[in-house]
Amino acid sequence: MLNEQNRNCNCMNNTINLTTDDSNMSSCECDNFNKTMYEMLENIKCLNFAIVELGLYLDTHPDDEKALCLHRKYCKEYRELTDKYQKVYGPLTIQFPCNKWRWIEEPWPWERGNF
Amino acid sequence: MWTYNKILQYPINIKCTDPRLAKVIISQYGGPDGELAASLRYLSQRFGMPDQTSKAILNDIGTEELAHLEMVGTIVHQLTKNASIEEIEAAGLGAYYTDHGVDVYPQSASGVPFSASVLACKGDAIANLQEDLAAEQKARATYEKLIDLCRDNPDVVEPLRFLRAREVVHFQRFGEALRGVQDKLSEKKFHMNSDLFLNGKNNNCMFQ
Repeated sequence: MLNEQNRNCNCMNNTINLTTDDSNMSSCECDNFNKTMYEMLENIKCLNFAIVELGLYLDTHPDDEKALCLHRKYCKEYRELTDKYQKVYGPLTIQFPCNKWRWIEEPWPWERGNF
Repeated sequence: MWTYNKILQYPINIKCTDPRLAKVIISQYGGPDGELAASLRYLSQRFGMPDQTSKAILNDIGTEELAHLEMVGTIVHQLTKNASIEEIEAAGLGAYYTDHGVDVYPQSASGVPFSASVLACKGDAIANLQEDLAAEQKARATYEKLIDLCRDNPDVVEPLRFLRAREVVHFQRFGEALRGVQDKLSEKKFHMNSDLFLNGKNNNCMFQ
């Protein structure tokens, strides 16, 4: 379990480093609006990964209290962060209500440069 | 059911077009050990699993493989988008371009279209999980070969390394699920085909 926990913690740290390295990529990304968006997205990806990884681990170790506790913590952070992100930058899932239909806004995840 | 998340599982931002790499990486999209085969294998096998752990693990890993399918498709797309016709020809993708343009089509590196014959649903939890363990190792080996071939392009190597690492984790989880199934099957009164018994059909259950 210790290894699992370390892996997740490293993942969080790596991503935070990655986002600071990204700041000099292209002119439009220097824009504060986009920079915050990238940072938030990186953190969302990171939390999402930690939740997926803990989910698989808990499937075969359902009684591991430490893992369960981490899963709860990351789920809470994920919910708060995605809520904040979606209110400003548009929906990440179709379950997020919009006044204007922003789901069709580009770029999609496979399109270069933004994700 | 599934809900689409409008993010990739791991960021992919390939700055240099290189159709030569797309030609080999497409194998992990629709090839014999690719992500499409993996997701269909696990999501189909989950219906016949005997315990809650193996049902959950096949469901959840099968779901993650769909996210990996999207990642591999994204790599292929970004490596071929805006490639010149000369680059496509030089990469040996003339035949592919004729049939598919620069769409992402599920096929192996050698050009064989995806076929369900690369996966098995054997109606036997032990046989299925053993196949899954082998599938993860074959996918890991494929990613290692791709990382060798893409060594000069770090934008491509990074997501490939992530995908390779996931195969190792999945192998570990499948191993744990297999041990659980073996324990379950060794319980004295467990019936693999319990619904057949309920229907009153005469079935000699090997675990009785």
